[in-house]
Amino acid sequence: MAAPDARRAVEAVWRIESGRLIAALARTVGDVGLAEEFAQDALVAALERWPESGVPNNPGAWLMAAAKRRAIDHWRRRERLDRKLEQLGRGAAGEEASAPDFDAVLEESEIGDDLLRLMFTACHPVLPAQSRVALTLRTLGGLRTDEIARAFLVPEATVAQRIVRAKRALAQAHVPFEVPRGGELASRLASVLEVVYLIFNEGYAATAGEDWVRPALCEDALRLGRVLAELMPEEPEVHGLVALMEIQASRLRARVGPGGEPVLLLDQDRGRWDQLLIRRGLAALERAERLPGPPGPYTLQAAIAACHARARTVEETDWPRIAALYAALARVAPSPVVELNRAVAVGMAYGPRAGLEVTDALTSEPALRAYHLLPSVRGYFLAGLGRDREAAVEYERAAALTRNRRERALLLERAARARARAG
Amino acid sequence: MRFMVIVKANEDTEAGRLPSREELAAMGKFNEELVRAGVMLAGEGLHPSSRGVRITYSGDGRSVVDGPFTETKELIAGFWLIQARSMEEAVEWMKRAPFQEGQVEIRQVFEAEDFGEAFTPELREQEARLRAEVERRRS
Repeated sequence: MAAPDARRAVEAVWRIESGRLIAALARTVGDVGLAEEFAQDALVAALERWPESGVPNNPGAWLMAAAKRRAIDHWRRRERLDRKLEQLGRGAAGEEASAPDFDAVLEESEIGDDLLRLMFTACHPVLPAQSRVALTLRTLGGLRTDEIARAFLVPEATVAQRIVRAKRALAQAHVPFEVPRGGELASRLASVLEVVYLIFNEGYAATAGEDWVRPALCEDALRLGRVLAELMPEEPEVHGLVALMEIQASRLRARVGPGGEPVLLLDQDRGRWDQLLIRRGLAALERAERLPGPPGPYTLQAAIAACHARARTVEETDWPRIAALYAALARVAPSPVVELNRAVAVGMAYGPRAGLEVTDALTSEPALRAYHLLPSVRGYFLAGLGRDREAAVEYERAAALTRNRRERALLLERAARARARAG
Repeated sequence: MRFMVIVKANEDTEAGRLPSREELAAMGKFNEELVRAGVMLAGEGLHPSSRGVRITYSGDGRSVVDGPFTETKELIAGFWLIQARSMEEAVEWMKRAPFQEGQVEIRQVFEAEDFGEAFTPELREQEARLRAEVERRRS
């Protein structure tokens, strides 16, 4: 095998195996940072050996054996050091004396649980969000530091530092390698889901389209979400998040025009939506909705996305249902932006007067004071009611707030037309 | 990236012989592994070509021929659609498929158009919906 081919093959195996490898090692040594280092050592060994020997038949077992050898070496060195310290009368008090049971590593039945523990540990709230993202992509996504750096448009050294600090922070906080139980589970799961969705959105909002690494983050997030859904089938919000991501990803093809300009949801060519992903999304949403309990924020957002996905044309959109879903979303995850979205849906469903009423309550909202979409939506409703003079004022206000040149021109044009109608 | 894994037909699949219980169990386990890794998007097995049809186009003419078709090794018995980061990863996954004989062919699915052009920043679906309203008003 030629060297570059072998390298790519090793990387491919790494992407498949690294999560399980690190997870199983972390359970055994009780430390994600150490586990990741041993796994990296195994990767280096594979990069040295496989170009000559070829990829072994069971590459996962090979990597695990190599990582185990490194781990055992590590413990032997540490034991020797401990003994020396003892001889000097300075015993390493409180340190774990006995080596972990490396034979117990990689028990097939435990692998799922280990992966879950790894997810919850890498996404522990003791870490800042960016570190959670980096550590998750590195340990569970099998991405290299430079790939993560490219994906997030930051220097490689920054990502490397984030990962080092994250590992240290986990060790210092004595974060146990386990899945939280009871009351803690809900908030910790929210942190895991947040990380997955952050990764997805980073890819979704990708700016540097030249680089496939960024949009590929959507696929990485989807894979993480699907893995999580298999591991926690009883958690509705996991399926809700998967549904949301699958449906949003179904529109990737349609949301950019030929010149690279964004195409808005209602203007998209629905024929370009990916029906396979839509079907997968709707199936995941069904699983979420079948589980007991009121729907959470991801499930509700997925249900809204599903309303658009089900409508073959814009005119078929079920706006009353979308309005009701936004109302439910506003109850579980209240935010002025959600309320503004609800206003649009209400306006589409029940006419501009109803929509305008919802926005009235938002005009005193400080969070929306500089948000151009509020006056722009109000202008739209006011114009629909024939209150052109007021509409023009709102459009002008929106134009002054937007940072997008094309949009500003559009809003000013609309304001001028409203003024002309008002006479 | 997506890859279609095309499973080539053989005499057994063309004869409509169903897999043994062991083969089914092994394939089920493999599929489960693909699903658990978030890699499998779809996968189906096909009836033998004796239940298939071919349509040949020639200008405006269409001739329809019923199966079976003879060149067994060129025929398709099933497929997977998988998501992987590279062709190498797709290959590594499929090396694990529990086939004892036969052949699969792995082909990348076109989707460069998805990612080729520049994406515009500050594009979030939530905002997009609102702005879409504004756009619509203009027309």
